Amino acid sequence: MADKVQLLTSIEKKTLIGKRVPKPDSRDKAIGRTRYINDMKLPGMLHGKILHAGVPHARIKRIDVSKARDLPGVHAVLTADDIPEFIFGMARDNRPLKGGKVRCVRDEIAAVAAESEAICDAALALIEVEFEALPAVFDPAEAAKDDAPRIHEGKDDNFNLKYHFGSGDVKAAEATSDVVIDETFNVHYVTHVCMGTSCAIADFDPDGKLTIYSQTQYPYNFKMDLAPALGMHAGDIRVIQPPIGGAFGSKLDVYPYEPVCVLLARATQRPVKLMFSREEEFINAPTRQPVRIHLRAGAKKDGTLTFRDIKCLLNNGAYTSWGPTVPYVMMRTFSSLFRVPDVNIDCQSVYTNNPYAGSFRGYGNVQATYALAIHTDIMAEALGMSFVDLALKNAQVSGEVTPQGAVLNECALAECLTLAADKTDFRAKEKEYAALRDAPGRFKRGIGMAASIHNAGGAKIHKSDGCGTILKLDDYARCTVITGASEIGQGIDAVLSQIISEELGIPMRDITIVNNDSAIAPWDVGVHASRTTFIAGNGAQRAARKARVQILAAASRQSNVPPEALDLREGWVVQEDGGVPVIKIDRILRQMHFSDEPELVMVSDYYEPPSEPEGKDHVGDMSAAYSHAVHVAEVEVDTETGEVKVLKITSAQDVGRIINELGLEAQIEGGIIMGLGYAISEELIIENGQVRNPNFRDYKLITSPEVPELDLHFIESHSSTGPMGAKGIAELPTIVIAPAVANAVHNAIGIRFHNPPMTPEKVARAIWEKNSSRAAAE
Amino acid sequence: MSATVEINFTLNGRKRQLTIDAGLSALNLLRDKLDMTGTKYACGEGECGACTILVDGLSVNSCLMYAADFDGRDIVTIEGLRSDKGFDPMQDAFVEHGAIQCGFCMPGMIMQARHLADTNKDLTYDGLKRGLEGNVCRCTGYKKVFDAVADVIGIAK
Repeated sequence: MADKVQLLTSIEKKTLIGKRVPKPDSRDKAIGRTRYINDMKLPGMLHGKILHAGVPHARIKRIDVSKARDLPGVHAVLTADDIPEFIFGMARDNRPLKGGKVRCVRDEIAAVAAESEAICDAALALIEVEFEALPAVFDPAEAAKDDAPRIHEGKDDNFNLKYHFGSGDVKAAEATSDVVIDETFNVHYVTHVCMGTSCAIADFDPDGKLTIYSQTQYPYNFKMDLAPALGMHAGDIRVIQPPIGGAFGSKLDVYPYEPVCVLLARATQRPVKLMFSREEEFINAPTRQPVRIHLRAGAKKDGTLTFRDIKCLLNNGAYTSWGPTVPYVMMRTFSSLFRVPDVNIDCQSVYTNNPYAGSFRGYGNVQATYALAIHTDIMAEALGMSFVDLALKNAQVSGEVTPQGAVLNECALAECLTLAADKTDFRAKEKEYAALRDAPGRFKRGIGMAASIHNAGGAKIHKSDGCGTILKLDDYARCTVITGASEIGQGIDAVLSQIISEELGIPMRDITIVNNDSAIAPWDVGVHASRTTFIAGNGAQRAARKARVQILAAASRQSNVPPEALDLREGWVVQEDGGVPVIKIDRILRQMHFSDEPELVMVSDYYEPPSEPEGKDHVGDMSAAYSHAVHVAEVEVDTETGEVKVLKITSAQDVGRIINELGLEAQIEGGIIMGLGYAISEELIIENGQVRNPNFRDYKLITSPEVPELDLHFIESHSSTGPMGAKGIAELPTIVIAPAVANAVHNAIGIRFHNPPMTPEKVARAIWEKNSSRAAAE
Repeated sequence: MSATVEINFTLNGRKRQLTIDAGLSALNLLRDKLDMTGTKYACGEGECGACTILVDGLSVNSCLMYAADFDGRDIVTIEGLRSDKGFDPMQDAFVEHGAIQCGFCMPGMIMQARHLADTNKDLTYDGLKRGLEGNVCRCTGYKKVFDAVADVIGIAK
């Protein structure tokens, strides 16, 4: 069939960049066709279940699994006695199954594989365990003492990680300060509450090679971290990533249920699926790290910040996942949010007998910004300034370098502050509401602002922060992009398709993303640190440009038009000037393929961002870009019930450049609502090491009636290093919302909350205490 | 063995006759026995709405319903939610408005939205927010869900 060249005189450039593009996988999800890992069955598959200790610190005196082994339908029962002592985890302090003693309620002491989950449950009930209780410690300050019970034998104390960063002379800077504010914050436990509960399916082939179907959001390092828990070579592990029901950082490590599932599959030589119930999920999935933050900082009368001196104590829980490394990001916030040259930061993480923390969206920055943005508001009040003016006074400009060596290229902090203040009439409302605080009336309005900074161009916490991409075009100009970047619901499928479509002039529906099999896709660090659009987007763009060069060279040879005068648009090679069609892309691809010197378009790229790891002194430009967000919260406090109703959130965020406006909004809206839960309703209540609210009734997420009006504003600073100028965006909205709400609550009722969440009980009590002490004073 | 019961019902427009354990939940019948996994397990105690189906046109948490109670009823799951023209307009609207991220809660959310649209003639924007209260989502900020439903029903904010 002849090309319709004659009918087309000009093809204009159309772009999908910046447009509102639905996720390519969303249609399947809307019609119930997507098969999530939780939905999967393999032929011959058994089910696995774990017996958790349920006690926080105890010696196992006796464990008898004989009755469980005899139950019909049971294929294997494992305890620590049945396997070698496989040690895993970043601090090498964890084991898949615990023998000897248990250190928190989660501890896995036995596991069953059986024909059904019901038989597993029956078998677990037949296991007899006798514990001898040991003295336990739950408070990190207590655990830090010399005479505290030891959580891990052979250690001199309960500390597991200590960090220090210092810059300038804090003492001298304090002496020059007109105002010094000293405050202590205690931020709480929350958990990810992924809608799809934790799940793994393990399957061995006869050669002993493992295929694990996993929810992991870091498939390549996952292999490396899983291998020692199994006594395996990482090369013998293949990771397949079916669609999952959320992650938010909770799948950035190996947790014991995963090697336990594999050990059951090895013991039975059958595929085994192990999936948590919702109650198990609340108790056994990781948490955000609770931290006590002592923050002392000063300023001059004109608002110039002089110094910060910070001490943090983190409750690690019984084992070490990513939790205790969150100071890497906390320290960045303390040293980088606003200009402050003299900084001293000490962070310590200590073992306790509590369930242990992992990584969670924002990764320490949620905790640090909560303290710092409230502290800034207190400082502003002491100076008689508005938050926004104190922040503007100390806002960095493009090109500035922070004490930890972050180079703030394309810095839009001042723009974010100004826009957020202008859109909300912030200064006027702040004054108006403060003046009405003590006026009669049950409902009090308040407005509050918070700002934060986060890495927006990856984070070089590993030796490489790269992503591999393989791109091929077939004879029909259908493009397959094989990328290391995982999809966990965040929308990289849309972003990469848009970028490829832009570079190659082919429609999105002709692009297939393959990114769910470690045996196929090349290496990537994982979905974390708001890095995927930036890193994988750059990789995809570079790969597409290589393919583009190859196609244009062939078209140039055929048309005698120089390649630099050609472009790819709407499925055609065209002359850049005027858009005159030259040849259809699929046609030139076939001509290249079936010529005398045959060539296929199949290219690869490994993109490593221009960043550097932190040195031992914690200095280094560890991200290829940085970004800011400013939120303004407007609230109404019911002074009788203590309920904080959030009326409106105005967000101004530097996004670099919009790639997919729909996905960008979705990430920011979702991040705000998740952060709002942290602010006013969510808390995993842990008493004496026991999780007291492992269900949706008692762990209160924000649901639809509480969703405030959301007013989003994007600032496009055009990152010089980002794909099409984009920056990473996904964590900032969660980071910055809670202190904005806290500052708004203070504006409304004159009370500070240094210990979120601001639940009705807590707020009502604080109001009652304030009124009581005022009455007593009178 | 537990007692069994025979049930006759309509599932997504087709008549079905099954013999099931009397204690089986509707959710487990759909997911485990019929391999219809569009309906999700996320809590098993009626708190999250991920397992929402339509029973005689009304939304039900299938995790709290006995499969035996399907007998004589008309059941619609996310796999059967269709219009004469193809997909249900609610499904299209959720896609077009970008309401779907990980998507795990969305089958339940869409079923509840369909129930709201079918059973409330004068639904307001605030009313639909209230009507979706029982459906938990962890990815989205719900706003795109509201906008999708409002678009289908034809109400302004």
